[in-house]
Amino acid sequence: MKQRYVYLLAAFLTVIGMSVFIFKWQVLGFPLVEDQETPVWTIEAAVNFDSGPGSIKVQLHVPTLTPGFRMLNENSVSRGYGFSLNYGSGGREAQWAIRRADGEQTIYYRISVYEDDSVDQSDTTPPFPPLPVIDEPLKTAVDVLVSDVRDHSADTASFTTELLRRVNDPSPDPNVELLLSGVDSSADFVGAVTTILASARIPARMVRGFALSGRQRSATLVAWLEVHDGDQWLYFNPVTGEESLPERFLVWWRGNEQLLNVEGGSDVEVGFAIQRNQLDAVAIAETHASQQGTNAVDFSLYSLPIQTQAVYSVLLMIPIGALIMVIMRNLVGIDAFGTFMPVLIALAFRETKLFWGVVLFTTLVALGLSIRFMLDRLRLLLVPRLSAVLIVVVMLMLFISMTSHRMGMETGLSVALFPMVIIAMTIERMSVVWEERGAADAMRAGLGSLVVAIAAYIFMGMSWLEHLIFTFPELLLVILAMVLLAGRYTGYRLTELRRFKALSTD
Amino acid sequence: MFEAARKLHRIGVLGLNERNADYIMRLNPRRLYPLVDDKVLTKKLALEAGMAVPDLYGIIAHQGEVRKFADIVADRDSFVIKPARGSGGDGILVVTGRGKRKRGNYRLSSGLFVSEGEILHHISNTVGGQYSLSGNRDTALIEYCVHFDPTFAEVSYQGVPDIRVVVYRGYPAMAMVRLPTLASDGKANLHQGAIGAGVDLQTGETLTGVLDNNVVDEHPDTGAFIAGLKIPRWDFILESSAKGYDVTGLGYLGVDMVIDRDRGPLILEMNARPGLNIQIANGTGLANRLARIDESFAPEATPAERAAFARGEFPAVAERQTSLF
Repeated sequence: MKQRYVYLLAAFLTVIGMSVFIFKWQVLGFPLVEDQETPVWTIEAAVNFDSGPGSIKVQLHVPTLTPGFRMLNENSVSRGYGFSLNYGSGGREAQWAIRRADGEQTIYYRISVYEDDSVDQSDTTPPFPPLPVIDEPLKTAVDVLVSDVRDHSADTASFTTELLRRVNDPSPDPNVELLLSGVDSSADFVGAVTTILASARIPARMVRGFALSGRQRSATLVAWLEVHDGDQWLYFNPVTGEESLPERFLVWWRGNEQLLNVEGGSDVEVGFAIQRNQLDAVAIAETHASQQGTNAVDFSLYSLPIQTQAVYSVLLMIPIGALIMVIMRNLVGIDAFGTFMPVLIALAFRETKLFWGVVLFTTLVALGLSIRFMLDRLRLLLVPRLSAVLIVVVMLMLFISMTSHRMGMETGLSVALFPMVIIAMTIERMSVVWEERGAADAMRAGLGSLVVAIAAYIFMGMSWLEHLIFTFPELLLVILAMVLLAGRYTGYRLTELRRFKALSTD
Repeated sequence: MFEAARKLHRIGVLGLNERNADYIMRLNPRRLYPLVDDKVLTKKLALEAGMAVPDLYGIIAHQGEVRKFADIVADRDSFVIKPARGSGGDGILVVTGRGKRKRGNYRLSSGLFVSEGEILHHISNTVGGQYSLSGNRDTALIEYCVHFDPTFAEVSYQGVPDIRVVVYRGYPAMAMVRLPTLASDGKANLHQGAIGAGVDLQTGETLTGVLDNNVVDEHPDTGAFIAGLKIPRWDFILESSAKGYDVTGLGYLGVDMVIDRDRGPLILEMNARPGLNIQIANGTGLANRLARIDESFAPEATPAERAAFARGEFPAVAERQTSLF
């Protein structure tokens, strides 16, 4: 009776999940595998501020000329704000304005670009810059430095390289020291260099942007130097003096101006998130879907903010871990501590990578266990003892992080990602089992937990699976159906065949 | 692999998944669990039904009552301390005597002496919930220490051997004797290293034993043969365990009994999730017997009738019954 309901429900869920999946795949053309050839980068700027009493105006520099990249699309998400794009001296500026706003405000600007080598710097040749007005004694220092560098160079490029070599010298000459005395950020530094170059009548400007690589939840701007040699713009690494651009460098804006200007707001923060995905194919699919008038796309995860997408791409793998857990426990029959402890450990393994994860986990549990046995002699009551174990675990994590950092192994730092409460409970359970059923039982269950965690990690780390679930979240219904079926599996567990060996062999 | 599974299925071996899904979840409603999970409650119910249980000397329900311990055991030399909601025999302390000069020293069943402070700490831990199933606060029971019957003296190493009967819908389905060993530290739990010996329901005689999933003929510590021992008052034992169903309402139930030298079979506790090793001890599976009971289930049958049914239907497997004698 109940059996039939479970089968019916599982069949129902599978049919729904699979039909949506096949519809999205076959009809709408969502990609089954991650598209490796034409990566599309989406950069999202999130501007956060507290609104003041009056009107608010927000100006943000946005990409204008992006050598090596072509823009796919851009958009802005802001509730109730008027939006416009203007050209300023440093390139395009996005501007949002509103008469009145309450509380904390967040404005998103999102741009998608893809790599295209044919896109070049297409500026017109700039005029010679006017001589900058510099006060004494800095002026003398600049003049001395410029004439000195000029003597040691042949053209604009070598002049720039030589200048950068001198200003980056670990033991700079007094002039350079004087010029750089007020500099405390890489942007200031590049700004100072452009001023010196202007004194030599060389057109130069600061460039800021991102080196695109993978998924970054908070990307930092990199300052670079751009110099015009009369024919074209050259890029210089402001630190090494090398003439190059970082790999996949997306220019966000040029010039010394501030990135952001907010009038009428306070506590301004801006964060950048970068995501690489196959938005290209999905975008085509979405266009296709909207032409057909279906709303399958409204529920696509790709329509969420990128930071949320990054969170969900991890969260959506947890059902996979749970499925592995069910298989290992009910079909294979491996002993493990705690119901979902192995899945949480597997999540931590994602950050630490497998080898270090296992090493750190084993170290942590072994150390915690030995301290737990010492605590045992103090005869503590249950809750204080559990709390003591938790505190010890936190201290051990700190200790492992510090020690490995000292030894130059940064991987040890990731021990902080382990779920400490779960580890503390595991240590407590393990010590109780150890005492009552012996070391062998405790080790077996501990090892069982680790085996399940490793299995869960392997499956949760499969990138094709991650892509599949992320693009087709309806497949979770199929996973749910599988778990329901396993819930009514009444056959033997694999380990029971061994357990009842005496009965099956005689 | 599939061959082994088929063989197990043919002789009716019940697996954990099947036990949980088809028997425990169907026949043991969650609301009845407290009746067997709390030993104080179980004892009360059994007494009301006129079943024999070990005398209760006292209970300690709060941290503040821990110091009542000395009063409770003031004029007693032997007793047992148990968590009311313990599982698998964990947290049970058996005190068999006291120090000759110092009455505040207690001799445990292992022969070890411990101080009163250590016992009080154990009770504190018990009340704090260290041994309870859920980790919640618990009650400690102090009760009569069974002086076990000489029947099993040769095949037990310290501790008290007990008899486990699996009762299905009120019908005894399978039984085994659990014999403590050195490895089990005097405890009668199979997963702690005790021996389980199957019992012929018809005659009440032991069959060969099982230790850690392997068949054994002799007790590892005493060297005595396990098979062929006749359990005294077997009829009474079967009938008492059948009553366990009427008391608790649990359709899939394990009843644990001990035989006291003076007072005969006593019900120690009942279990809503009896383990499956009893099948190895008996050399046969449970499923066929459960099916047989389902066929002839009669709701009005008395415990005595149900016990009689079990005696008639479930003699030991023929090939195993030929004992070593």
